[in-house]
Amino acid sequence: MDRRKYLKSLAAGTVGAGLLVNCESKTATVAPDVPATSFTIDRTAEELVREKALMAEKFLDDHEMKTITVLSDIIIPKDDVSGSASEAGVPAFIEFIVKDMPDFQTPIRGGIRWLDLQSMRRFNADFASSQPEQQIEILDEIAYPGKAKPEMQQGVAFFNTMRDLTACGFFTSKIGIADLGYEGNKPNQWDGVPQDVLEKYGMKYDQKTLDNAPKFNV
Amino acid sequence: PAKNVTQLKWPWESPRRGASSPYRNFGDFDAAYGGWQLEGEPYTQKGGTQFDWFRSRMVGGRTNHWGRISLRFGPNDFKHKSIDGLGDDWPIGYDDVAPYYDKIDKLIGVFGSKEGLRNEPDGIFLPAPKPRLHELFVKEGASKLNIPVIPSRLSILTKKINDARGQCFYCSQCNRGCTVHADFSSSSVLVKPAIETGNVDIIANAMVREVMTHSDGMATGVSFVNKEDMQEYTVDAKVVVLAASACESARLLLNSKSSHHQNGLANSSNVVGKYLHDSTGADMGGILPQLIGRKRYNEDGVGGLHVYTPWWLDNKKLDFPRGYHIEYWGGMGMPSYGFGFGIQGLNGTYPGRDGKQKVGGGYGASLKDDYRYYYGSTFGMSGRGEAIALESNYCEIDPHTVDKFGIPVLRFHYKWSDNEIKQARHMKQTFEEIIVKMGGVVTFGKDGPENNYGLLAPGRIIHEVGTTRMGDDPKSSAVNKFNQAHDCKNLFIVDGGPFVSQADKNPTWTILALSMRASEFIIDELKKQNI
Repeated sequence: MDRRKYLKSLAAGTVGAGLLVNCESKTATVAPDVPATSFTIDRTAEELVREKALMAEKFLDDHEMKTITVLSDIIIPKDDVSGSASEAGVPAFIEFIVKDMPDFQTPIRGGIRWLDLQSMRRFNADFASSQPEQQIEILDEIAYPGKAKPEMQQGVAFFNTMRDLTACGFFTSKIGIADLGYEGNKPNQWDGVPQDVLEKYGMKYDQKTLDNAPKFNV
Repeated sequence: PAKNVTQLKWPWESPRRGASSPYRNFGDFDAAYGGWQLEGEPYTQKGGTQFDWFRSRMVGGRTNHWGRISLRFGPNDFKHKSIDGLGDDWPIGYDDVAPYYDKIDKLIGVFGSKEGLRNEPDGIFLPAPKPRLHELFVKEGASKLNIPVIPSRLSILTKKINDARGQCFYCSQCNRGCTVHADFSSSSVLVKPAIETGNVDIIANAMVREVMTHSDGMATGVSFVNKEDMQEYTVDAKVVVLAASACESARLLLNSKSSHHQNGLANSSNVVGKYLHDSTGADMGGILPQLIGRKRYNEDGVGGLHVYTPWWLDNKKLDFPRGYHIEYWGGMGMPSYGFGFGIQGLNGTYPGRDGKQKVGGGYGASLKDDYRYYYGSTFGMSGRGEAIALESNYCEIDPHTVDKFGIPVLRFHYKWSDNEIKQARHMKQTFEEIIVKMGGVVTFGKDGPENNYGLLAPGRIIHEVGTTRMGDDPKSSAVNKFNQAHDCKNLFIVDGGPFVSQADKNPTWTILALSMRASEFIIDELKKQNI
């Protein structure tokens, strides 16, 4: 460590013991007082500051969250394979993501108002409070972009966004990934496409590919 | 990566499900801190042009995030002016660099296949993983067009090469940093063993302000601000080696003015900052109807493509001068933020599981099943090509702006020329032909002249090079053929700055080879007491 002597302070400050840091001490930049339930992944100090602020912030109000919960469960309901969007935590994901990505805030807030207004005019109740068949009546007019009427296009845009966020929140949840049948994210040995799948598609590996591929002990 | 682990985390462990954030533009799990904009560290643009600059302020820098695509430049790539009259030739050729490519292959490890292609020189390769299913379709489709599709060449250990690093376990997450160091990032593969020798100290979180010089013009060390205590420090040095990235090193030199180096250090030629060039990039993607409703299995594979297309045509028969390679992606990857977006474009286009055609969009159990049904059937391809290095594309010091450390910042001026735009047009035509021959349908990326055929903004491919180019003539280059500054013989630059031209290859392997070559030169010169 004799290189330390080459370091000298230009300013009034002294050369502290913490000055010579190697790359191993990078973890020191991660603050220790994080609730493990929020962030279990590697975070820098700057990230933690922002993310704590995001967690403390409230954007969507109770009525909006209620509407999002109703909508997300209509979009992804419980079925024979897996649970519903709300069971997979989709409303909480949407609550976070609109704070994290502020571009969503106005489309979601305004879209819910648009939906409530449609519902009030027709059924004298906001969307979340109206009857299931009444909700479906409105959604059928905005859920199919190809056949929606011109005057419903704002609703189509809102519902597209809700559908995207709901599906994304669902299929990136534990329930959703199990439902999808994604089999990776674990140590394994890639020895090519399974034989039955190759045969199904009429594919095979040529000899050069086989010769040059990693060999595994089965 | 050994301590800051994101590898094998699930998307739900990130509240944003792996989406990009201002502090990690490549996603919440990415190993690289940083992005296109850093707080308090601006850069500016000139003349209405655009250059996007990705920076990662951490040990290992941007090697914490990259595609691990490790291609050698070929004989033509060093001598392109002799072929098409554009740009300049390098002062060195493939034969000068080949022994160092060999050493890097052995030191770091790269998989691939011997192909015997003249301008895509074979290396010392580890076994190459078998193609995934969509990659077999790519190969089949492209072969009908006589477009080659060969095993990719990535610096990932499909076989153990030493006891310090493990073997790839096929999680496809190199970008998150590998806990067993089975992929290459300089932090885990080069810096770590260097520290273990006991001869190296790392000063992290140091923002270098300038290279200091003696009145005789020789470099004496660097001054830096410690970002943790915000105090100013200096380090004295016999030899200064810059590897701060092409633009950052140019910035340092231009900010290192002295009575001896009035135009900035190593800049009597006035070329520092000029000839900046990045790879061209354009993408297209589609769906393979054959793969809808496919059987599930783990096809993560290595982190990235298992096959690619090297440049295969003769530019003399084309209306643009330089080539591109094609990277392919797709398959049953781990869902993350963005999964399922835009389903209305798919489930109204193809018959559903019951064989009936639906109206796109929808909700409910039927929609839920569509996500399962279409999973793993989409794919895409990206062209990465060579741009011509032009004097008129450059970075310079912005006379009006400093960063939060008080260091003058860079101002960029960069315009694509017709050469790159025509190349992008050719990429798009080729991509569409391949997709059709695969039996696929294009779902995005059909671009036309209105947006330069989807040619991405300069800087976006993060292959910027050329700002301190090498040459034999000190009047037209910043460093000599050993990466040594013409104007300051104990100063070396070993990032992408010394590149005369970029080839259609990713620059990393050539940066590594030239760094090793420069290192040997430095040792020799020190022994001879020349520096």
